[in-house]
Amino acid sequence: MKNKPVTLKILDVFSILVLGTAAYLALVVAPTERVMGDVQRVFYFHVGTAWTALLGFIFAAVLSVIYLVTKDRKWDRIQVAAIEVSLVFFFITIVLGSIWARPVWNTWWTWDPRLTTATITELIYIAYFMLRQGIDDPDRRARFGAVYALLGGLSAPITFFAIRLFRTIHPVVIAGSNPEADGSFNMTGDMLGVFFFALFTFTVIFIDLFWNRIRLGEFQEKVEQLKLKVTM
Amino acid sequence: MFFQEPTPDTSGYMIAGYAVVFIVMGLYVVSLYLRNRNLNRDVEMLEELDKTASELETNQPKLKKPTKTVTKRGRKKEQ
Repeated sequence: MKNKPVTLKILDVFSILVLGTAAYLALVVAPTERVMGDVQRVFYFHVGTAWTALLGFIFAAVLSVIYLVTKDRKWDRIQVAAIEVSLVFFFITIVLGSIWARPVWNTWWTWDPRLTTATITELIYIAYFMLRQGIDDPDRRARFGAVYALLGGLSAPITFFAIRLFRTIHPVVIAGSNPEADGSFNMTGDMLGVFFFALFTFTVIFIDLFWNRIRLGEFQEKVEQLKLKVTM
Repeated sequence: MFFQEPTPDTSGYMIAGYAVVFIVMGLYVVSLYLRNRNLNRDVEMLEELDKTASELETNQPKLKKPTKTVTKRGRKKEQ
């Protein structure tokens, strides 16, 4: 595999630095929420990971369209990378939400519309990788994957709007409010600063991991070609 | 009188949450590294195999292949 580009190396280091800074801001600088206590601090990383993951799923759906139009496998590799990193981020979102819910809602889990749609989204993309593993022909695999990711992409906006469309106890902190929500809070200026820094941090980390994963995909393809050459 | 409820101690949940973030992301980075390392090993092995195969091909004595001609009647005749 070709050596890492200098830009990617710088991005790797920068990602670690911003993650450390975001953790410091969330754990030390942000004020303690009076009703929920320290557990409210997971909110910054919960929203940060959710934001990037949902955008990643939508981006993957756009890449599906590009693949289906161009039939260039490069777009398939990029799509796989976007979905894999988003899946990891969304898993963190769900677990953080569950940990937050335990002291605030007095339960680890409830089948609320937001939690249900989020779980369905996660399962859809786990199934995406299972589907891909079941198909040997690379072109067929890429085509099926593209169609699946295109349809699966619908789950991301549904998850995002679930708390705005349905009756739910999940708080709406950004752009709106939910009077029935349990665990709502108003963000102070300091909280907003930390919140936007967390969004920036997870966007940077997403780009970094995404780039690394694309390179891994290219390498995998190279190895597959070499295997074919040797066996022929 | 106005009584304010004390802020609950939920720091244990907060620590658990941040531990999950760092552990999951760490595991993902490790998985990327391991997959990359395994592919590097595969490439080394495949290149070795390819090299051995091409060496065997060049060292093998070339066998004279029988040539075939076609007669006017369309019958194959071996020389």
